[in-house]
Amino acid sequence: MPHKIIVDCSTGETTEVELTAEEIVDQEAAQKAAEAERKAQEVIAAAKATAKAALLDKLGITAEEATLLLS
Amino acid sequence: MATYTLISSNVLSSSAASVTFSAIPATYTDLVLRISARSDNADYNENMLITINSTSANYSTTYLRAIGSTASSGRNSSTSSLNPVYVDANTATSNTFSSTEVYIPSYIVSQSKPISGFTTVENNSATSNIISATASLWGNSAAITTLNFAPVYGTNWLSTSSFYLYGISNA
Repeated sequence: MPHKIIVDCSTGETTEVELTAEEIVDQEAAQKAAEAERKAQEVIAAAKATAKAALLDKLGITAEEATLLLS
Repeated sequence: MATYTLISSNVLSSSAASVTFSAIPATYTDLVLRISARSDNADYNENMLITINSTSANYSTTYLRAIGSTASSGRNSSTSSLNPVYVDANTATSNTFSSTEVYIPSYIVSQSKPISGFTTVENNSATSNIISATASLWGNSAAITTLNFAPVYGTNWLSTSSFYLYGISNA
């Protein structure tokens, strides 16, 4: 059974506690949520990069030239 | 002059699914965490899931990162935890651990809490290593009393991973 470490800063006491079935479910849900949020952000970033590349292509300039134009 | 005081620490003597600092005293101005971690994820890197006061909402993070020679930036809004804070995982060079610092200014002030992070994934590789800097916000006005650290992809933090919590006075 996995366990968690709890450090009580008021006493300095460290306890090692087995995760309950509910805590395991909660932790797995938190992990899945974090992974999904990260993937969603990557999808947004990829879409933005694709749109940027398409625009540069349409304008017929490179990313470096676009940076120079905006500087 | 800022004074660092070690509040509590834990160096894992065996693997653990999470590490929690509870009952953090409200007697300092800022908090600093120094973490050297490695998870059992079957990859060279792990994403650290940080939650505050056992809440699972109102986090956001803007990040700059380099994975090998590829740099990127991005933003995660309205997330259920603080991420991405990268640390080492099980296929990184043996016995290597991340070098991670998390700084939390004004952790007892009744306003949203900014949080900065700086981390490197230590790995003896020309390409598979990571450095990242993050600027996060916890949109909650409560004083921070509990901090929890768990891996996103792995199951456990590996033995000898270390977590040190410092309080800063006169920041």
